[in-house]
Amino acid sequence: MSEYFSLTLKEAQKAAREDSAGVLASVRNRAAALNPKINAFVRFDAAKAVSQSGAQGLLLSGIPIAIKDNICIDGWETTCASKILKGHIPPYDAAAVEKIKQAGGVIFAQANMDEFAFGSSSETSAHGPVRNPWDLERVPGGSSGGSAAAVAADMAFAALGSDTGGSIRQPAAFCGVVGLKPTYGLVSRYGLIAFGSSFDQIGPITKTVEDTALMMNILAGHDARDSTSAKMTVPDYTGALQKDMRGLKIGLPKEFFIEGLDPEIEKSVRDAAEIYRKLGAEIRTVSLPHTPHSVAVYYIVAVAEASSNLGRYDGVRYGARMPGKDLKELYFNTRSEGFGAEAKRRILLGTFVLSAGYYDAYYRQGQKVRTLIRDDFQKAFKEVDLILGPTTPTPAFKIGEKTADPIAMYLSDIFTIPANLAGVPALSVPCGFAGGKLPIGLQLMGRPFEETTLLRAGYALEQELQLFKQKPILS
Amino acid sequence: MSFHIEKIAELARLHLKPEEKTKLEKDLGAILSYVEQLKGLDTTGVETTSHVLNLENVYRPDEVVVSTVRDKALKQAPQSEASFFKVPKTVDKES
Repeated sequence: MSEYFSLTLKEAQKAAREDSAGVLASVRNRAAALNPKINAFVRFDAAKAVSQSGAQGLLLSGIPIAIKDNICIDGWETTCASKILKGHIPPYDAAAVEKIKQAGGVIFAQANMDEFAFGSSSETSAHGPVRNPWDLERVPGGSSGGSAAAVAADMAFAALGSDTGGSIRQPAAFCGVVGLKPTYGLVSRYGLIAFGSSFDQIGPITKTVEDTALMMNILAGHDARDSTSAKMTVPDYTGALQKDMRGLKIGLPKEFFIEGLDPEIEKSVRDAAEIYRKLGAEIRTVSLPHTPHSVAVYYIVAVAEASSNLGRYDGVRYGARMPGKDLKELYFNTRSEGFGAEAKRRILLGTFVLSAGYYDAYYRQGQKVRTLIRDDFQKAFKEVDLILGPTTPTPAFKIGEKTADPIAMYLSDIFTIPANLAGVPALSVPCGFAGGKLPIGLQLMGRPFEETTLLRAGYALEQELQLFKQKPILS
Repeated sequence: MSFHIEKIAELARLHLKPEEKTKLEKDLGAILSYVEQLKGLDTTGVETTSHVLNLENVYRPDEVVVSTVRDKALKQAPQSEASFFKVPKTVDKES
């Protein structure tokens, strides 16, 4: 008999109805055995998890779920994998956490991440780097690297991540799992510790597209506590899954098939396009002419928002405090001691682009080019229903490979950032292996609030390729 | 483009160690050169993006509701007294 931990979320629903204690024990033991190797969780406490489970017959009854460490859980230390928030215990649940609890889900672990979600490799964590389950010498991607690695290693049936510039999709691609960044406003950001407020979205990381649809049925919906939450009727995402692609127009953006794209990734994505054609979709080439500037726009606008959002960490209200002779010195001491190198880099950059005399040249121009990128998507979506391309330019890189060169690190998000700039939904689905062993993800982007179309297409490919049945070898 | 790392650090309330300063100055210089590419783009007449989906402002009724968050939050604060966060003295008494 296969162990419960290897089940998909959908399969675990049934197993948990029959043997919830067994399901929880299986995942708990798996996590305890593998976490010292993978470092996917910054905290996990099975005893707390047991005390939560109770309600039967709900969508997630008895299902262990991991939460990224920047999403608040009432009464649980939540630190964004930082030093400055050490000891920060939120007084409330994030809306997404509340919804998982209401659905009977067992929240048992908090996933490691880049500090404050600043990174693409989960190496900037104050708790040490996360390792990729497919190759422990490589990064799992970031910033939701712990969430993706945990799901890939069967340490949780699903995890919540957050995505500001690719932080759900890029690690999902590197770890061979499914990750969805929903349309901006579809999932409440209430209780998500802010990074770039006009970009941030919470989304699920799961083993299959069907599991992502299941999670979205729980997570999506209006929340008055998030003023950017969209008022809309939430569809049944699982009901949208089908293999037939007839009637769908899929565009391949020429700007996403560029020099620097790994040839195996390119082949894998083009093969997937061919599968879609066989399933009845019409494949076209489209252009998103301003997207090559996405990384530049992002590293102005997102860091500006970040520097402003991180102004609140000053040792007064939460987390760590480094004493000083007066209030100003307390601020300086707390922030200088408390923030890691990447956080300092982004705070300084954001402070600079917002400072008097530079605001127009950088921030304002960035927000204008962002409009041009949004217009590119609007035009493309008049021609096609979905945009298909690679999630990442390369497969998972080695730990330490890009830490010395921030721009090289930032460029690993070149294909994921555009969806955040435009607010559109985007899904990463496994589509192959590079060198026979490192997962490759493809990215589908859709019109705002058309997650149903994304999931339908993701599901069709997944059913053809059946890659979710392949697991990393972890003794 | 030019920037004074000390001035920015002061604005951001960060003290930088000498070795940090050298590295950050180099990194920031490289990133700012990279984003220079935007300067060449013609954005005449282009609106800035303030909300990606052009959401309208959201209002809610101003109603009093019961909340226990204040007490819980204060309990977790580095230092608090009664219903206040406590910090070192910020204003000197006139002598």
